[in-house]
Amino acid sequence: MRYLPHSPQDIQHMLETIGVADVETLFRSIPRDQRTEHPDDSPGLPECQLRRYVEGLAARNKHFCVTLASAGAPFHAVPKAVDTIVSRSEFQTAYTPYQPEVSQGTLQAVFEFQTIVSELMGLDVANASMYDGASAVGEALLLALRAHKGKRSVVWVSEGLHPHARTVIDTMLHAFGDVTVRWLPLDEHTGATVLPAPVPADVAAIAVGYPNFLGVIEDVAAVAAAARAAGALSVVSVTDPSHLGILASPGALGADIAVGEGMGLAGTAGMGGPGLGLMAVRDEYVKQMPGRIVGQTVDNRGNTGYVLTLATREQHIRREKATSNICSNQALVALAFNVHLSLLGPSGLRDMATLSRNRAMELRRGLLEIPGVRPLVTGPVMNEFALVFPRDAAGLRARMADNGILFGVPLARFCPERPAWREAILLAATETACRDDIAHTILLAKDFYREGK
Amino acid sequence: MTTQIHSGLLHREPPIFELSSPGRTGHALPPSEALDAEDLPQAFLRRQAPLLPELSEVEVVRHFVRLSQWNHCIEAGMYPLGSCTMKYNPKINDAMSALAGFTAVHPLQEDEHLQGSLELLFQLEGLLCRVSGFHSVTLQPSAGANGEFTGLALIKKAIDVRGEGARRRKVLIPDTAHGTNPASVVLNGFEPVPIVTGPEGVLLPDAVRPHLNDELAAIMVTNPNTLGIFESHLKEIAGLVHGAGGYVYMDGANFNAIMGKVRPADLGVDTMHFNLHKTFSTPHGGGGPGAGPVGCTAELAPYLPVPRVLRTNEGRYRLITEQPNTIGRVHPFFGNFAILVRAFTYMLENGGAGLSRVTEMAVLNANYVRSLLKDTLAVSVDVDTLHEVVFTDRDLKKETHVSTMDVAKRLLDFGFHPPTVYFPLIVPGAFMVEPTETESRVELENFVETVKAIVQEARTDPDKVTSAPHRTGVGRLDETTAARKRILRWTPAQP
Repeated sequence: MRYLPHSPQDIQHMLETIGVADVETLFRSIPRDQRTEHPDDSPGLPECQLRRYVEGLAARNKHFCVTLASAGAPFHAVPKAVDTIVSRSEFQTAYTPYQPEVSQGTLQAVFEFQTIVSELMGLDVANASMYDGASAVGEALLLALRAHKGKRSVVWVSEGLHPHARTVIDTMLHAFGDVTVRWLPLDEHTGATVLPAPVPADVAAIAVGYPNFLGVIEDVAAVAAAARAAGALSVVSVTDPSHLGILASPGALGADIAVGEGMGLAGTAGMGGPGLGLMAVRDEYVKQMPGRIVGQTVDNRGNTGYVLTLATREQHIRREKATSNICSNQALVALAFNVHLSLLGPSGLRDMATLSRNRAMELRRGLLEIPGVRPLVTGPVMNEFALVFPRDAAGLRARMADNGILFGVPLARFCPERPAWREAILLAATETACRDDIAHTILLAKDFYREGK
Repeated sequence: MTTQIHSGLLHREPPIFELSSPGRTGHALPPSEALDAEDLPQAFLRRQAPLLPELSEVEVVRHFVRLSQWNHCIEAGMYPLGSCTMKYNPKINDAMSALAGFTAVHPLQEDEHLQGSLELLFQLEGLLCRVSGFHSVTLQPSAGANGEFTGLALIKKAIDVRGEGARRRKVLIPDTAHGTNPASVVLNGFEPVPIVTGPEGVLLPDAVRPHLNDELAAIMVTNPNTLGIFESHLKEIAGLVHGAGGYVYMDGANFNAIMGKVRPADLGVDTMHFNLHKTFSTPHGGGGPGAGPVGCTAELAPYLPVPRVLRTNEGRYRLITEQPNTIGRVHPFFGNFAILVRAFTYMLENGGAGLSRVTEMAVLNANYVRSLLKDTLAVSVDVDTLHEVVFTDRDLKKETHVSTMDVAKRLLDFGFHPPTVYFPLIVPGAFMVEPTETESRVELENFVETVKAIVQEARTDPDKVTSAPHRTGVGRLDETTAARKRILRWTPAQP
């Protein structure tokens, strides 16, 4: 086996040094009756066969040339340089930086990542990452409950969060116990979250998507103000941080905690992950924040350096009193995000957001020219929107697939019992689509409905 | 900006923001366009651009390459962190996970358009079941701690279904456990109850007996434990816990020690997480992404998170998203998919026979280090150990005032990443070595000789050891100042 650097002579020598007759003896502390009777002795595959098999699996997925779907997994154009950096052994095959003297590369990169996330979100402090945007919302809600020292036990969460995120949050908060989740419905007409007034005094946090699952840009400022007036924390979940090249930062709109899913900008949205949970908070909540945080310091020679800090929040120190159980997070994905944002700079980020929105608006306008096509909701959108088709949305999507176009995601997949969603498709465009792709898509849709008459 | 040279070609890099200069960019997007602002309320627009660096691709790549050169990594040398299983990460794994057929597909494509990915998930679940003896596996959890949360949630659900949720809230955790264990217990609304390990480093049935009542939800055991010792009474303890109506959770962090030797399900374990970034060779990435799949018995399988992958009679693969008793989801989409591809590739390349051999060589390596070092540093508990060995600075500190941390820092001067230090908490000045199977005899001997030389130096020149490291790019870093001053992001210098 190529990963085992032991010659028979080495093994013999090592066994003699240890003072045992054979390798089997090394396992004598395992009682006989607990040993596996018939261990799996199937042989492995040589690399050429391994390649053929796994490449064969990869080839059985359908590849689309144009992706007009996000629904929580936005596809962005990530330059090759990002992959080159994160594939470097020094980043990819290092452990969590427990020995800072030989981990300054990782630590400084995390410090820069925290800066970028805090800038994007418009908040004071970011952590080193969470697993994904969904669990980051769950962690933010738990943070808000801690910040109220157990005196408030209700959280309000918008039904406009991604359906997967809603289930993750439900799973997390149900397990935690002693907390009531009230789901805030979306207005059927506008698609924005309906916020009941006034907010009662037992509410610890209000969480909304930005934009929400239907693509509607929520009035974050109004939600944040309502939360603040009631002494609750506002949690804003950023669907795609590239939008923040155009959209106001959650912090500027008054949010206390901003979370988000960064995998689109990191280039790992294929198959939906690895994800990248972002989290930033106002300074007063830093000691309640979950996850790793890197801080700047000095060494004993007077050099600037970086270390993991505020560890008294964390599980390895505080155990059952920790802010979270998170240990390994998504460091390498965070590095990819960091490198990509550094390449984009402020103008690139704005361009990316602008191109995404412009292509999406072209698509939306073109499709709305088809008789019978109408928007599902009327609220303002960024680059994602839901349209209701007059009939046979499935047939339309199949036609698009034949032409190499992933034409959105049918909303019925998420909520089959809602009649309004039956013929609705959630569409999105990013800078990965060009004007011709959009024009071609619109033509195909027009043809599809003309033929059907 | 003038570049500071540390030594040779190692560059001291300022934060990337200080390299920025207006007007430069490293992106390759289509030409800029004016924003189509139709229907976009002005109040929703950003007024101040985020403070991102402005640099060309050349400068960005150089910055990060230079940063990378300040890191130690498994591909540069031994990384014997106990409990972390820092083994070599095969290159073929990366190539397979980077195949465009996997990376360029949207997770919400129709099942029919994701047959390759779904088959991979289904097969990987099967391979993990085979090596552990479990009935089912979920691949969703993102990391070990997320797996702990998930496994405990299955137990909680089973207890709730029995109608005993209000009463059964106690989870027994041995004092050798990783800190994530009690934290995961609390996140499930359970109450952690510490129990004491016996004098021989293993858990004894008598430690569990006082807790066998209708408040017991589960016991959470790492096996082999964090001292590297096989929990030889676990099977009996599992019987006792089951008899009292509780469940057994096994932390699989140390699974590298038992592949092909023991199947946790045969010991009476109800659920366990695997760390793919430990046992199954996926890279750790400087702190993730990992993956923490969870295996469980047939009894707990109905509670597994959705989606589940189903193989139809026609050999097609289908996602099941509705299950009446599921705990829900612990991750959107399919978990850390790219990591799953790597682990799958590794398991296929090894086969069952190869995985057994991996375990044998891991245990051989750890015992070789133990026998070479046992007269230099005291072994914490003098019984047989498997894949790792925990030494203590008890004698060394008494004799020289040099501590485990000092030895660890001095190791850095000789090109070795130190072992895990000060864990498990029950061992004073713990020095926990897990070489893994991918280190050669020569490398192990070099490590041992270096530790011996440092211990000798502790007697002759203790100041040299306590002030280490001397040869690294930065010296010992002041963690107290970091926590007190709290500089957690870069800010521009005030003019």
